[in-house]
Amino acid sequence: MTRTSRSKPIAKPQRSKIFEMVAIGCSAGGLDALRTILKALPADFSLPVIVVAHTPPDNSYLLPSLLGAVCKLPVSEAREREPALTGHVYVAPPNYHLLIEQHRHFALSVDDRVCYVRPAIDVLFAAAADVYGEFLAGVVLTGANSDGAEGIKAIKRRGGLTLVQDPKEAYADTMPQAAIDTGAVDQVLPLAALAERICGLSSNRPKL
Amino acid sequence: MDKAKLDDIETGLFLEALYQRYGYDFRHYAQASLNRRMHGITAAAGCRSVSELIPRLLHDESYLNELLSQLSVPVTEMFRDPEVFLTLRQKVLPVLATFPRVNIWQAGCATGEEIYSLAILLEEEGLLNRTQIYATDINDTALQIAEDGIFSTRLLDEYQRNYLAAGGKSNLADYCTDSKDFFRVHERFRRKIVFAHHNLVSDGVFCEVQLILCRNVLIYFDNILQKHVLELFHESLSRGGMLCLGTRESIRTVASERLFTVLDREAMIFHKTEQTSQ
Repeated sequence: MTRTSRSKPIAKPQRSKIFEMVAIGCSAGGLDALRTILKALPADFSLPVIVVAHTPPDNSYLLPSLLGAVCKLPVSEAREREPALTGHVYVAPPNYHLLIEQHRHFALSVDDRVCYVRPAIDVLFAAAADVYGEFLAGVVLTGANSDGAEGIKAIKRRGGLTLVQDPKEAYADTMPQAAIDTGAVDQVLPLAALAERICGLSSNRPKL
Repeated sequence: MDKAKLDDIETGLFLEALYQRYGYDFRHYAQASLNRRMHGITAAAGCRSVSELIPRLLHDESYLNELLSQLSVPVTEMFRDPEVFLTLRQKVLPVLATFPRVNIWQAGCATGEEIYSLAILLEEEGLLNRTQIYATDINDTALQIAEDGIFSTRLLDEYQRNYLAAGGKSNLADYCTDSKDFFRVHERFRRKIVFAHHNLVSDGVFCEVQLILCRNVLIYFDNILQKHVLELFHESLSRGGMLCLGTRESIRTVASERLFTVLDREAMIFHKTEQTSQ
């Protein structure tokens, strides 16, 4: 039997990569930052967007509707065993870690807090990196703890794209700075440019 | 081969070894959480990859207990989701009160905080005396903590808030003896609960009960195992029995199998459906 060399599923040279998922993490000051980004996404944005926001459990129930009010895409809480659909924005439910399985359905866990929080950005980013590999874009926004830094490393290790809000303009700079300090960040951008960059991730996808 | 695929192969081999060597079957656990735990276990053991752990698993019997504790991480709180406990108090306990003897099973009790919460509700509603509670888990270390009923006072304030939100009629402190750092649930609750080792994957029906509490356990199982366990619950419930799951668990399987019908969607409480002849 001969070993056949497998061709890569997506041709890399010249053409830019076709992304399959955007994962966004934020904490203190995150609601405004999220609004800015989600507001910018066009109605035909072709990727699923998953958001982990540290908010007090009571408020996070409201997060999907607060974000849905400014976003052209449908926004809902990520539900266990449901598929991550393109052109949808999903928010992690309060008090659960959000993960994603190989078959691209959501999973939840009540495992210990990571960086004192649940849901943790690190948990989502690591799980999504395992599934989407180089076709994942991870974004860390404003926040006052270091959650997301390990996740950024995991995404980079799998060849994904890592973007971080410029700590200079972030409401809280600890989280973006912790991500940058890993040395695994591709681009540091102010919010407006970040929104534009994320919009661009979907533009190469053929419209169906 | 990409690293993620390699990890999957190694984890698969590890779980196969665990099953064949000791009979513990984690092969139908949901993969994402399991992978995360395996990463932690591998790092804690000082290994670079999951496959490096396999020889130890096979040849060092003393490692099993440690491993099981790490594979089934017990995290629980008293009166977690107080609104669920309020619904149990208002909707479920009045139904249980119609039975002369009440049997309750908590499957996956971890360190016991939730079952003690339920026992307190039962006492406040005048049901504890005629109730027998079974609380089971596969994690013997967690079971021992549950049986002792001793918890850190660090979270007591939060528990008290939850308790009041769950319609508590007194003070949580009235049900415990406490010292500076720890509190112990009163003996009258502890003696009403039998803590036992039971594996939802491989063990069968062991009692007939009117209420099963199994919150945030099935989220760790794949669809096949989830279905298996729901069937086990259906068999274990008496006519009119009820099942309480975690607030964010998928009811799609529950609904599609027609084993249960919704009693309270918010609190994720279901009625057993009586099977019509097939």
